[in-house]
Amino acid sequence: MGTFAYFPHTEEDIRVMLERVGVASMDELYADVPAEFIHKGEYDLPSAKSEDEVRAWFESLSSKNIKLKVFAGGGAYDHYTPSVIPYITSRSEFLTAYTPYQCEISQGTLRYIFEWQTMICNLTGLDVANASMYDGPTAAAEAMRMCVACTRKRKTVVASSALLPNVLATLRTYARYSGINLVETWDVTEAVAEGTLDLAGVIVPSINRFGIIENHTGLAGLVHEMGGLLVEYCDPSALAVVKTPAEWGADIAVGDGQSLGIPLCYGGPYVGFMACRNEWMRKLPGRIVGQTADASGRRAFVLTLQAREQHIRREKATSNICSNESLMALWCTVYLSIMGPEGMRRLNGLCYELSHYLHDQLLATGKFTDPFEGRPFLKEFALQPQCDTARLQQVLLDAGFFGALGTEEGYVTFCATERRTREEIDALVKVVKEAEL
Amino acid sequence: MRYYDKLIFELSRPGRSAFSLPSEAGSFKPTSGSIWRETPLDLPEVSEPDVVRHYTNLSQMNFGVDTGFYPLGSCTMKYNPKINEEIVSQFNGIHPLQPASTTEGVKAVYDFMDKALAEITGMKHFTFLPCAGAHGELTGLMLIREYHMSRGDSARTKIIVPDSAHGTNPASAAVCGLDVVVVKSRPDGLVDVEDLKPLLGPDIAGIMMTNPNTLGLFERDIKEIAELVHGCGGLLYYDGANMNPLLGVVRPGDMGFDVMHLNLHKTFSTPHGGGGPGSGPVGVSERLVHLLDKPRVSGFHGNFGVILRACAYILSLGRENIKLAGRLSTLAANYIKESLKDSFKLPIESVCKHEFVFDGLREAGEVTTLDVAKRLLDYGFHAPTIYFPLLFHQALMIEPTETESLQTLDEFIDVMHTIAKEASATPDLLKTAPHNTPIGRPDETTAARQPVLKYSRQ
Repeated sequence: MGTFAYFPHTEEDIRVMLERVGVASMDELYADVPAEFIHKGEYDLPSAKSEDEVRAWFESLSSKNIKLKVFAGGGAYDHYTPSVIPYITSRSEFLTAYTPYQCEISQGTLRYIFEWQTMICNLTGLDVANASMYDGPTAAAEAMRMCVACTRKRKTVVASSALLPNVLATLRTYARYSGINLVETWDVTEAVAEGTLDLAGVIVPSINRFGIIENHTGLAGLVHEMGGLLVEYCDPSALAVVKTPAEWGADIAVGDGQSLGIPLCYGGPYVGFMACRNEWMRKLPGRIVGQTADASGRRAFVLTLQAREQHIRREKATSNICSNESLMALWCTVYLSIMGPEGMRRLNGLCYELSHYLHDQLLATGKFTDPFEGRPFLKEFALQPQCDTARLQQVLLDAGFFGALGTEEGYVTFCATERRTREEIDALVKVVKEAEL
Repeated sequence: MRYYDKLIFELSRPGRSAFSLPSEAGSFKPTSGSIWRETPLDLPEVSEPDVVRHYTNLSQMNFGVDTGFYPLGSCTMKYNPKINEEIVSQFNGIHPLQPASTTEGVKAVYDFMDKALAEITGMKHFTFLPCAGAHGELTGLMLIREYHMSRGDSARTKIIVPDSAHGTNPASAAVCGLDVVVVKSRPDGLVDVEDLKPLLGPDIAGIMMTNPNTLGLFERDIKEIAELVHGCGGLLYYDGANMNPLLGVVRPGDMGFDVMHLNLHKTFSTPHGGGGPGSGPVGVSERLVHLLDKPRVSGFHGNFGVILRACAYILSLGRENIKLAGRLSTLAANYIKESLKDSFKLPIESVCKHEFVFDGLREAGEVTTLDVAKRLLDYGFHAPTIYFPLLFHQALMIEPTETESLQTLDEFIDVMHTIAKEASATPDLLKTAPHNTPIGRPDETTAARQPVLKYSRQ
């Protein structure tokens, strides 16, 4: 005892505690557990490691990963992380805090969530946002469930086949077990216009999985006419320049906050966001922070509208979500504060210029054709390779680049963010040009 | 803690900025109006020092594990080791879709964690896709449904949940399309096996249990319950929120559970982050392994950054110390219970595990559990979980962990006794508490009736 850093107990402490409890040993505290269930012998785990040994263990593993220049997107984007963010989010008052149920000692958490909600509303143009979801795909799944909840007995949700594969896969999973009829289609307008569905909602990507900025003119009117809700799946970084869900007439906006400066980190932790029009406020899943005042009139923030949530409503709650991704919402909130409107405009401008440069240079190699010629894109685009995709991917990997993500149609997608330079793009293009593909 | 009343938007001045981008940027002009944003983007315009000072000031209105003790039932707020934070940045630059040949180190972390968690819990394999505990519950229930469906057993649409269960249990069941059937607790706080028996039948998908339960009591009839549920063709789900007292002592797999989740942000020391990110890996027994990858419940590979931290924790503890974690947490809980039961009502007299529940003060008068909780804040402690479980009107649910010293526990006990005395002597002091925090009790009714959910410029 007293020999392990995280356990403060001396032998004397343990003796005092056992005496107060009136037992002779800690094992006696488990006397009500059938003896056959007490684990005997050693656990098959490594022996305790010192801090330096832990460090070395991870260093040896991380050295087995290959660091690549990222020219891929597919739902995770290599944007720069301002140095301020990890500095702020690693403050232990934020990092080691519990969910802000005790509002009097959680005003820091509650205030940044309120700021996050405001920023998500401003990005999407919608009225109300929640405190966060796990990630973009699960936020989309919650939006699908919300469409059903808002339209009562309607059970059909139409999803565009141009949504990201991981969004579609997550929608399929949630639909499968909750009795939702998920219809995937390339032509959302046609599917809805037929008018034969008991339509609860429609989910479309603001920017689709080929990087194309979609035009949803007239869609919201049609969906509403058929009695459903329109959900836009968005890249929040791109919302600084592309038409907002509110401008398209959508009821709900969801997406992944990763593009707001969150490191790639092999897919997580990221953060989902969700916003909606006022009329659907009480159907939103998850936590919501609201402004009020204390008895002395000081502005105060609290978790509010909790009658929607699992700890109050149990099986009648709007969702089962409890812990979400609060610290990552702080990450994005600090990011958007750092970037401001001008930074977001400039960043998107860089993405636009660099990705179009990459696009044009790749086409000029003669090794690709453009299946979506003339369609607008911002940072990610799809090409049809005139060679073996696997060979192309390997050639890029060998040169230290990660790009040319394959799609099920046989296209490859590339992405260039503000972190890529023209020199890096030239180097990638040179590799493609010179390789025997 | 000091009150600070600004929002980042209120620091904004047109033309200020804090971003840092290559100077080449900026000539991009949208080509046509139809697909581009028309509404001006309202974000703060602030400098870098503004941002740092603002969020530092916000942080100073927050309480965390590094600030003080959280006696928070069912939440397992243990110390978050700092080495766990340090190692994460080594893995930041890896794209989730990178091919396996470039991510061997990542795979080794997942493999290690799969093996370690299987060893610790007695399950066969884990999926790491779920991002939190409730997400794990949902995934586990999907696996249970998938198991029955894969056998053509489609009538199993009901799930049994004890009345003392965490709120997420019935909520997860509902999201998974299952109807909840409640099984009652006996006066001794354990699942009533006689009440359970008539519920079992060909429509039962399974039972969700946490063991120890939310009263901190070990469900000692678990063997009989497992036999009964398995006997009717159902499966047993283990809610890992209360795994801490069993860490290094008892394995859910050995008790007959088929599916379970762990909260890495509870039992495995990763920081709670003010409400996430968490991680809720789901483990299954042999007969469900082939279904493990079927529910695609999140975008990529789960919260890898959280999994890394939990991995560092297991390596630091090692097989020697893991055996102590659960035992020490149980000892701490019993120590507090025995030290406070003179002042607080203990509805069930029994050895507890990691947590226990008081039903308010013995001499309460006008003073409620909420008042006690708020007064604790004045003394520099977080409040316990209150008004849960629902079995008792004035529930006050206390869970210390193995990382709290005897001095801290004694300070907490002293303060709780002081509050009990104050309740009789100066009840108004409690009814108006807290007094030493950045804000006093807020008006929650107005917050819900006239919701103000975002900042609007004056």
